[in-house]
Amino acid sequence: MNLYNIIFYLFAAITLVSAFFVVTTRNVIYSAFNLLLTFFGVAGIYVLLGADFLAVVQIIVYVGGILILLLFGVMLTNKIVNVQIRTGATQILPATIAVGAFSGILISLLVNTEWKKVGTALPGASTTANLGMLMMNEYILIFELLGILLLVALIGAATIARK
Amino acid sequence: MTIPIEYYLILSGFMFLTGVVGVLTRRNAIVVFMSIELMLNSADLTFVAFSSYLGNSIGQVFVFFVMTVAAAEAAVGLAIIIAVFRNKKTVNIDEINILKW
Amino acid sequence: MIEQYIPVFIVIIVAVIFAVATVVMSKLMGPQRPNSEKESTYESGLKPIGTTNERVSIKYYLVAMLFIVFDLEVIFVYPWAVQFKKLYSQIGISIFFSMLVFLVVLELGFLYVYKKGGFKWD
Repeated sequence: MNLYNIIFYLFAAITLVSAFFVVTTRNVIYSAFNLLLTFFGVAGIYVLLGADFLAVVQIIVYVGGILILLLFGVMLTNKIVNVQIRTGATQILPATIAVGAFSGILISLLVNTEWKKVGTALPGASTTANLGMLMMNEYILIFELLGILLLVALIGAATIARK
Repeated sequence: MTIPIEYYLILSGFMFLTGVVGVLTRRNAIVVFMSIELMLNSADLTFVAFSSYLGNSIGQVFVFFVMTVAAAEAAVGLAIIIAVFRNKKTVNIDEINILKW
Repeated sequence: MIEQYIPVFIVIIVAVIFAVATVVMSKLMGPQRPNSEKESTYESGLKPIGTTNERVSIKYYLVAMLFIVFDLEVIFVYPWAVQFKKLYSQIGISIFFSMLVFLVVLELGFLYVYKKGGFKWD
């Protein structure tokens, strides 16, 4: 039980417990704040995997951007007077069957696959430089297309959200 | 690297299954959205785990792309939810059952 | 590798301890003589009206959405800027224009929202 293991189990526990509460708690606001903890847990795991820049990006984009957007969504759509902020669940039985089958597939895949273990040490240097090289050389087309995707999303969301 | 890669995959698999449960069972459209974010995040986690264990950064580049798509999806999806809410006064997905009104 | 993050952990721990200690200490050490005037919501001296759980305006959503798009722009520009010298020596000036195209495409969306009056506050 060295330091890596302790940190891994700590962040894995944070991630899974808060993810569990995201889908089970009945108050939408509590779901949103549990989602924040999940994102932090995943960022911690990224640090453990040596993806330092991605951990920061995870916090900036997911916590700083997407979660704020979700919270605005909650605040924009809940609480006309007397309407409860709580919501229920439906379709428990079909969901149980579907998730059971799906987890069976996942477990059998996990057990039966011989995972390739190069076992490289964590990259000592910062990953940012490497990411920049890859993104500007091999994936330049996807990068430009993502610009167009963001443009379309911006125009579409602005058009739909405004009356 | 003392932790085998299977541990990360199990963690990511559990996160994904939690997201699937949320999408299938919750009634509030925004919680369904949060569950979708959980599923995307578990996919990101798998990408980063493989990238780290295979020793190259391509997986991390793909996480960037997934994050961008997730952000675009969140912006447009929440705009749609808000537009639906304006007309129907509800975000419960079992009450939103007609395409046009 | 993980040892590099010890300062980050220390900052997180100090922040949590400070936040919890401030709340707990003021509860423990401050005098507590509540009355109905003190317990009511502070509303700059006016009588509070309605509930705190109001729905917010759609304008805030538009601002948050614009923020998220430009947030993503920043995370794409950062690795490019870090590697710019090396990329410039390898590929040449076109590496500058490929980022410029990306930025111009995003600015088009910004201009569209601006022209449509997305930033008018009332």
